[in-house]
Amino acid sequence: MKHYLLILFGSAFANNLVLTQFLGLCPLMGSSKRQQTAFRLGLATVFVLTLTSVLSHLIDQSILEPLGVGYLRTIVFIVVIAAIVQFTEQVIRARSPRLFEVLGIYLPLITTNCAVLGVALLNVSHQHSFAESFVFGLGASLGFTLVLVLFAGHREKLEGAEVPVAFRGSAIGLITAGLAAIAFMGFQGFIRT
Amino acid sequence: MNPLSIARRPRSPFIRSERSVRDIMRDVLMALVPGALVALWLYGSGVVFQIGLAAASALITEAALLALRGRPVRATLQDHSALLTGILLGLSLPPLAPWWVPVTGAFLAMTFGKQVYGGLGQNPFNPAMVGYAMLIISFPREMTLWSGTFGDSPSFSTSLTALLTSPDESWWDSIARATPLTLLHDGLKTTMAKGLPLPDPALTASILINLAYLTGGCFLVFRQALDYRIPLAMLIVLLAGHMTLQTFGGGLLGSLQQLFLGSTMLGAFFIATDPVTAANTPRGRWVYGAGIGAFTLLIRSYGNYPDGIAFAVLLMNFAAPSLDALTRPKAYGHS
Repeated sequence: MKHYLLILFGSAFANNLVLTQFLGLCPLMGSSKRQQTAFRLGLATVFVLTLTSVLSHLIDQSILEPLGVGYLRTIVFIVVIAAIVQFTEQVIRARSPRLFEVLGIYLPLITTNCAVLGVALLNVSHQHSFAESFVFGLGASLGFTLVLVLFAGHREKLEGAEVPVAFRGSAIGLITAGLAAIAFMGFQGFIRT
Repeated sequence: MNPLSIARRPRSPFIRSERSVRDIMRDVLMALVPGALVALWLYGSGVVFQIGLAAASALITEAALLALRGRPVRATLQDHSALLTGILLGLSLPPLAPWWVPVTGAFLAMTFGKQVYGGLGQNPFNPAMVGYAMLIISFPREMTLWSGTFGDSPSFSTSLTALLTSPDESWWDSIARATPLTLLHDGLKTTMAKGLPLPDPALTASILINLAYLTGGCFLVFRQALDYRIPLAMLIVLLAGHMTLQTFGGGLLGSLQQLFLGSTMLGAFFIATDPVTAANTPRGRWVYGAGIGAFTLLIRSYGNYPDGIAFAVLLMNFAAPSLDALTRPKAYGHS
């Protein structure tokens, strides 16, 4: 139990996808204008990322490893991710049109979130088991969502700030993200790998 | 700069008080005096060098950036906020750090901590802590060299040598001493028996200096220059969390000593309470202070860095706008 809690904490905070591994920066900059949308995108990412984390582990263990075609990993995982996103989209559209409307364009966009592929590949390099992959994916995506929502709070507030012209927009966003990454360096040493 | 860009979206605070920024900053500067004097007595003239250089660098950087942005320089500098940032940074630095440490730190603090966001009142992160965190990440060796204990402060010439030249390792080994938190961190628990009061001169120094900052902090609470919720929540969580850790066999020191180690009181009363970067709502401030206390304890106990105040403050700065959004009081009649 303690082991899984450590993986959860480590993937959410100490090795946060966005602020320590610098994955998933495109949604961080792209969909953080409003906290509401950031939160919805985060929820969709939690679902997809946890699912792909587990499924890619299964495919890696049952197909790629036995056949000795590990070099196909990246491309296979991308196909898996795209398929899961498509599948999720269709199920949500059929079962809950309202949620589908709420998520809107952000659902298909998850395919291009490099954090999803990143977690799938990290599972392989850390040699995670099935349960570990699940916890790792869940923690990483929850940490991603937390940072996305908190960051959106800053972006909303920055709209009113008198930022010098040269730094408006993405520039000040990236500086803010950089300072937040410095804050997250405080978690260094929590998890010894 | 288009003035309408500010007017488009109203910003808090909406209720203005009669006291100017300058008045409050002057109160805060006065409240820092006891702590600074005790630091000077314990750690020697290096404290003055650090404060002086950091303050000068902060003022010069602020003036240069204001001039670049075409803002009034003299009037803005007189609000004393840049001076306070420089002094807070100087007080956090090791007294024997080389001259370029306070100069670089204050430059980074004013540039990336403040002016890039448009100056006072608009920066999301505490500028002094931005400077401090960048320094401890970039120069970990220089930032952990402390010297001087209770009744044994480095001489003027030692402080000057450390400031101006770059002495070699052997010189440092004869001068530098680990702080109680560093000792604690390195697992050298032998010098500090569990629960015993003041067993070590370095610990005595740490406790004296924290008491001095606590005195200054109480003065500020009395003057209503800061919100008591933030330091109170932070200290309660620090103490309660520490006792919980002790119950499970994690804590090393007596509970009261946890409150008086490192820069706890400086952080609680002077750094966490920065009204610009803290949460704004009363409930949000309870959570904000509690979060700083919790992260400080966690980083002290499990992290790589000996003291966690700077990172804890920056982490809660990052969360502050969302805390405000979550704890905003509902307007009457709205659901």
